Amino acid sequence: MNTSTQSSAVQRSARAQQAYDLVAQVPDPEIPVVSLFDLGILRDVTDGPGGLCVILTPTYSGCPATEAIAQDVRKVLSDSGLNEARVDIKLSPAWTSDWMSVEGREKLKAYGITPPSCSAAEAQQVIALRRKISVSCPRCNSNQTEQLSNFGSTPCKSLYRCLICREPFDYFKPY
Amino acid sequence: MGRSVLPIKDSPVVMPLMPTLTAEQRALLRIADSALIHSQRLAQWCGHAPMLEEDLALSNIALDLLGQARMLYQYLATQPESPGCDEDWYAYWRNEKDFFNVSLVELPNGLTLSSGPREDYAVTLVKLFVSAAYFLPYWSALSRAPDQALAEIAQKSVKEARYHWEHAAEWMRRMGDGTPESNRRAQAALERVWPYSNEFFNDDEFDRKAKLGLTGILPSEIEPSWNQLVDPVLSEAQLKRPSPSKMLSRGKQGEHTEAFGFLLFEMQSLARQHPGALW
Repeated sequence: MNTSTQSSAVQRSARAQQAYDLVAQVPDPEIPVVSLFDLGILRDVTDGPGGLCVILTPTYSGCPATEAIAQDVRKVLSDSGLNEARVDIKLSPAWTSDWMSVEGREKLKAYGITPPSCSAAEAQQVIALRRKISVSCPRCNSNQTEQLSNFGSTPCKSLYRCLICREPFDYFKPY
Repeated sequence: MGRSVLPIKDSPVVMPLMPTLTAEQRALLRIADSALIHSQRLAQWCGHAPMLEEDLALSNIALDLLGQARMLYQYLATQPESPGCDEDWYAYWRNEKDFFNVSLVELPNGLTLSSGPREDYAVTLVKLFVSAAYFLPYWSALSRAPDQALAEIAQKSVKEARYHWEHAAEWMRRMGDGTPESNRRAQAALERVWPYSNEFFNDDEFDRKAKLGLTGILPSEIEPSWNQLVDPVLSEAQLKRPSPSKMLSRGKQGEHTEAFGFLLFEMQSLARQHPGALW
């Protein structure tokens, strides 16, 4: 969890920092309550002889939002006069839900999506042992919930139901 | 999405022919094509799955596989041997014999092509079970590949493969250990699909060349891990491991089953009828 602000301590040029701050605020097209920074997919903005370069790490390789995100990033930069920024997709190290910011997790929960309840490594162990991960309801906080489907409306979520308040909800998978 | 331009016109389009690829690139194409064709097959369940949750699951898995195929095609597109061949070219402009996926992934979603139930969920899940048990350890090994770009693609894909495997294994247990009818159909699907698993582990000169500088591993070296994944689930599910078969399908060599042409036509027809269409 403490890696969520992975690149904020990096030294950047004023222009790159301005671009970083702008891109950090861009909402995710599928879950607009969280920003690219909150999701942990904005890795860095560099400024070199080739111009500005925004480095993103995609969540799931087939996620259709990745292209919409790259478009949104270019638009927010060109709207602020930072033209000709490149968007580079960096695959390695692979994105993990551990990189989501603390604020991002809170925003998800307020929006009705339970954030990952453990780290990706812990989730792997739990899956291997075929135990259940405890997932709480974002509305009534009850831990008495059941999984309806490991796959949900987007690749990053699965579908749950609360046994106390009877409401279905999305769970952001540890990944 | 949005601002669409759809140039429906008879523009003469000249597409590159199949380039002469290196042995390593041919080995890479096998992985990419296996992901793409499996994705296309799974996507045929979209809107047809026996329940909503499975509709979502199969569509999600199909999307992951499509994403993996795209990363590999994009990688191939940067190689000097295939000028003018981008990821769309690889998907839409090759003919049957220029696809090198393992035959298993192209098999129809039902027991036969022309008779019997058109779709059978057990067949779909057994195909996913057999193939995910291969790709999970394969991607895991490839994430240490000597080729850096391939290793990075693998590090991303292995996380997805883990979810695919878990999903298929869970369904095998449910079907095998379910009702007599679900057990019977799961076993029938296993018998039908099993002989196609041989092809996964059948190395040839392309695989052996690719091991050196690209992949670092032979497909045959995955077999022990595959057995370790598959066997415990089969016994938990009270399903019998089918007896060994000598059959060897040859999708990796570009020789496909009858069903493949139909699949390819459906996948490629729009792109071929409206070259350059955007939406």
